[in-house]
Amino acid sequence: MAQSPALPAEQYNYDIVRKFTIMAIVWAVLGMSVGVYIASELAWPFLNFDIPQITFGRLRPVHTTLVIFGFGGSALFATAYYVVQRTCQARLAFPWLAEFTFWGWTGGVALGVITYMMGITQGREYAEFEWPLDLAIAVVWVSYIVIYVETIRRRSQPHIYVANWFYLAFLLAVALLHIFNNLAVPVSLTKSYSLFSGVQDAMTQWWYGHNAVGFFLTAAFLGMMYYFVPKQAGRPVYSYRLSIIHFWALIFLYMWAGGHHLHWTALPDWVSTLAATFSILLLMPSWGGMINGIMTLSGAWDKLRSDPIMLFLITSLSFYGMSTFEGPLMSLKSVNALSHYTDWTIGHVHSGALGWVALVTFGSFYHLIPRLWDTKMYSQTLIYVHFWLATIGIVLYISSMWVAGIGQGLMLRSFDDYGNLAYTFIETVEFMHTPYAWRALGGAFFVSGALVMVYNVVMTLWAARREQAGEAKLVAKQLAKA
Amino acid sequence: MFDWLSWFTSMENSKPLALVLFFGAFCGVLIYVFADKRRAQRLESYKYIPLDDEEPQRPGPHDYAHDNSRARIETQSRKVMDNE
Repeated sequence: MAQSPALPAEQYNYDIVRKFTIMAIVWAVLGMSVGVYIASELAWPFLNFDIPQITFGRLRPVHTTLVIFGFGGSALFATAYYVVQRTCQARLAFPWLAEFTFWGWTGGVALGVITYMMGITQGREYAEFEWPLDLAIAVVWVSYIVIYVETIRRRSQPHIYVANWFYLAFLLAVALLHIFNNLAVPVSLTKSYSLFSGVQDAMTQWWYGHNAVGFFLTAAFLGMMYYFVPKQAGRPVYSYRLSIIHFWALIFLYMWAGGHHLHWTALPDWVSTLAATFSILLLMPSWGGMINGIMTLSGAWDKLRSDPIMLFLITSLSFYGMSTFEGPLMSLKSVNALSHYTDWTIGHVHSGALGWVALVTFGSFYHLIPRLWDTKMYSQTLIYVHFWLATIGIVLYISSMWVAGIGQGLMLRSFDDYGNLAYTFIETVEFMHTPYAWRALGGAFFVSGALVMVYNVVMTLWAARREQAGEAKLVAKQLAKA
Repeated sequence: MFDWLSWFTSMENSKPLALVLFFGAFCGVLIYVFADKRRAQRLESYKYIPLDDEEPQRPGPHDYAHDNSRARIETQSRKVMDNE
């Protein structure tokens, strides 16, 4: 069972890590619940209730923002602040600025989702914030970079551990992506127009969109993996040299692959080919990293039978391997002709987002929480329950999206003997009703798992508070006696 | 005077040049990481950093099935224990 030694309260700043950890869990439940609701809206459209604020079009960016930036972002703030302190053996720099990043980030996400529900959006996928929020987020992000770099500069450990390289790449790349993709001409406080137009605008957006996946949802979570997998396994990472190759190859290759989101459009053909080529090349560092993570357990596979946290971490790496195989496959022009504009893409994104990002975060949090509050998890069994609910949910989700996506793709490309389309669009929509219902069920499984985690964490924190209050009473009694 | 710069503006020239530069850089990383035995040992020693911050007694090299042959070089870290 995860149990921590004495808390180094003076040595490290854990307060900020605790805050981000709690908010990450709050955003996870909110964001995933909205996800289940909009999945249900697609299966049963009456759930839109003709209320503009809760229609699919407005709630969809609410869902993506809550889970990517709310849950994922807060988890990355929490773990980055924890990992940089532990591996540099230095206290977090500028605690007041770290506090600012917490309130700035949390406020930004909250304001963002409120504005989306009001219909205020840039209409750029994963970058829907209007310009005032974009500016505020840029300030928060630069503060985050300053804190991180300064903490590294103050390190006691001469070498900068590889997890920090991944976090640094994520910090720098996201700053670049956010600033350039959001260059816009404001016309009012709530409306702006992109500085780019036509195919350049599309290319900038998908340079951003794909690298948001590459650096926000991959590189940074690999940083998490390179710290928490060895810690939980109690063994060093399989090969440090492989992690170096993994890092340089991954950050170099990812930047070129965004064009594969725009195959068969006005994008120049050579850009499409370049993007597909780099996407295929990406398979190598991705699998190198996955193998490096999984092989950390080499010689101690029995931990998978006895440690549910290890189950979370190793399963997340397996899903990472699966989705980084599927991604290059879908980036091939011929496959993309079938898969694009269908739910296969949605299934692919969720095998990465739920299978990789969420599972590695849950595993890391189960390792982290007992150490942050100097206690042990309330229930080991509930961690197992969470794991199985989440895994069943993911399998239901991605299988139903394969059926919906590949099915619709095939139907849209079918012709009769006279060269006419064999199916009308509405026939493809009718076909997708059943897989849509299964997808909503899969999402419900996943949210149930997250709720089990919330219960487990709340009980853990409650028990920690009681233990600490008991200890304080005991000390007070002894002092009174003396 | 700067006419030679126009050579780079042609995609037919700049693409293979970029390929050579990037591939060369990648080979450089590979050589740096794998060529020198002492450097390899030093790099591998860094993988113990996450374990250094907590465990008072780290496992010996024989505890790592895949790592038997590799002699460990201590990282020159100031060890900070959780209970320090």
